[in-house]
Amino acid sequence: MGIRERLSGNEAAAIAMKQINPDVVAAFPITPSTEIPQYFSTFVSNGQVDTEFVAVESEHSAMTACIGAEAAGARAMTATSANGLSLMWEQIYVASSLRLPIVMSLVNRAVSGPLNIHNDHSDAMGVRDSGWIMLFSESNQEAYDNLLMAHKIAENKNVLLPLMVCQDGFITSHSIENIELLEDDKVKSFVGTYKPEHYLLNKEEPIAIGPLDLQAYLFEHKYQQAEAMRNAKNVIAEVSKEFEALTGRKYSFFEEYKLDDAEIAIVCMNSTAGTTKFVVDNLRKNGVKAGLLKIRMFRPFPAEEIAKALSNLKAIAVLDKADSLNGAGGALFEDVTSAMFVNKIQVPTVNYVYGIGGRDTTAKDIESVYTDLTEIANTGGTTNFYRYLGVRK
Amino acid sequence: MEDLIEIRWHGRGGQGAKTASLLLADAAFNTGKYIQGFPEYGPERMGAPITAYNRISNSPITIHSNIYEPDYVVVVDDTLLDAVDVTSGLKKSGAIIINTTKDGEVLKEKLKNYEGNIYTIDARKVSIEALGKYFPNTPMLAAIVKVSQVMTDEELLKDMEGSFKHKFAKKPEVIEGNMKALQLALTEVKKVN
Repeated sequence: MGIRERLSGNEAAAIAMKQINPDVVAAFPITPSTEIPQYFSTFVSNGQVDTEFVAVESEHSAMTACIGAEAAGARAMTATSANGLSLMWEQIYVASSLRLPIVMSLVNRAVSGPLNIHNDHSDAMGVRDSGWIMLFSESNQEAYDNLLMAHKIAENKNVLLPLMVCQDGFITSHSIENIELLEDDKVKSFVGTYKPEHYLLNKEEPIAIGPLDLQAYLFEHKYQQAEAMRNAKNVIAEVSKEFEALTGRKYSFFEEYKLDDAEIAIVCMNSTAGTTKFVVDNLRKNGVKAGLLKIRMFRPFPAEEIAKALSNLKAIAVLDKADSLNGAGGALFEDVTSAMFVNKIQVPTVNYVYGIGGRDTTAKDIESVYTDLTEIANTGGTTNFYRYLGVRK
Repeated sequence: MEDLIEIRWHGRGGQGAKTASLLLADAAFNTGKYIQGFPEYGPERMGAPITAYNRISNSPITIHSNIYEPDYVVVVDDTLLDAVDVTSGLKKSGAIIINTTKDGEVLKEKLKNYEGNIYTIDARKVSIEALGKYFPNTPMLAAIVKVSQVMTDEELLKDMEGSFKHKFAKKPEVIEGNMKALQLALTEVKKVN
C-alpha cells in the first residue's frame, strides 16, 4: 500500500527517474532543477540504475543527446529550468517533430531578464506551441506521479510525442513534504519496457531520421503531429485510469475542487492550486460558493471539457503565472476564454497575472480574487479583464 | 486544518536554521504528522539573515506560500532582534523562542512589547557544554519542541538519535554530544514573562 516518505519535489522527481531506470539521462545543471541530475548521478555512481548518464556542456547538448539516444532506440530523460530550456529551444522542436518520446522534468522558473532564479511559468509558456505534451503538478506527489505515467503516454504508438512534467521551482522543488511512493517493482511493471517500432540501431530496417522536408510533405507531417497531440488525450485518460487502479490516486485532465455547486471559481496550475484549495475551504465555511479548476493537462488542451466544467458559474478568474506581454492577457486566459467562446459558454471571465519572478502568492491574495469575483457575479460583469495580482504600480 | 501549526525560523547563513527546520519536519513526520519544511531562498551568504518555515498538521497541507502569521518564531541569533522584525504577524496566543543571554526587560523592549509568551535559551552555553563547539541549531530544535509540544521530549530524543546515527555515520563521535545538547536544551529553555 505504498511507501510513506517525505521528500522535496526535486527528490521526488529524481526517485521517479531512479525507479524508471531509463537508458540515457543527459543534463546540465541549472537552478532550481540542479538537484535532479545531481541526485540521479549519485544513483548512477552507486549502481542503483544502469543508465548512461551524459554530463553535457550545455542544455542545447542535453536535448541533442536525448534526441540522439531516443532516435537510436533508447529511453531518454532530462531535467531543466528557465534559461536551460531557452538554450534547448531549437532542439525542443526537433524532438517533437521527429516524434521522439523524450521525458523532461521542467522545474518552472522565470526566464531572464533581468536575471531571476525564482518561480513563474514563463519557461513553460515559451514552449507551449512546440508539440510537447505538458503536465502540471501541484505538489511533490503529483510531480512524482506524472513522471511515472509519462513514458506510457509518450511512447504509446498513437502518440509518440515528447512530454514534460512541470512543477514550481523552490515552492515545491525545495520544500520537504509528505509523499507516498510506489514500490520499485510496481513502477517497473507499470512503466514497462520501451519497444520502439522504428529506430536507428535496428540493422534489419535502415532508416533516415530528420532529413530535409520541404513543400511536398512538411504540411502532412505537421498534421500528423497535431493528430498525435489530439490522440494523446485519450491515452492520458487511459494511463491515468490504470495508475488510479494501481495507486488509488485519481488524475483527470483537470481537477475540479468543490466546483459542482460553485458560483465563482479560479482556474490555475501548479502549487497555487494548493493555496487556492485552502482558501476555498475557508470561504465555504462562510457560505461563499467558491470553487477551483486546476489544470493538469495543459498540452493537449482539453478545451471542450473545460468549457463544460465552467458553464454553470457566475464569474471566473484565470490565473497566469507568466505575462504574455501582448496587451490582451496571459496564455492560459486566452486558451480558457477561447474554449468557452467556441463552446458557446458565456460567463464573465477575468485574467490575473500573478507570482512573477517568485513573488509569493498568499492566501490573502487568492481571497482578494474571490472577493473581486463575488462583485463581478453580483454586478453581472466588468470591462477590466486583464489584471495583476499583488503588483506595485 | 484547525490543528495546523506554523513556525518561522530566523537565523544567519551558516548557523543551521534551515537544517533545524528540516530536522523538525523530519521528526514530526516520524511521529505520523503531515509536514512542510522549506527555506526562503535569497542570496545565500554566511552571516546574512535567512528565514525558514515549518507547517505541521494531522491532516494534509495544501497551502503553498510563506508564513506570515506564525504560531511560533525561533530566533537562532539575537543580533537579528535589531535587524529583522521577528515578531511580524506572530500570534499573541503563540510564542517566540530566542537564543540569548539578555534579560527579559531588554527583550520585551526589543520585541516592541510583544504580548505573547517569550522563551529564552542560551544555546551557546548548551552547545559548548555538550559538543565543545558552537552549533546553535540542535539546542534550538529541542527548544521549539519543548515550547510548541508538537511532540513529546521522548519522541524527539528517540527520533533524533536515529537521525544523528544516519547523518553522522562517518563521525559517530559527535552523536553523543548532539544527543546531550538536545537533552540539556530541553531543560534549559526558560519562560521570561
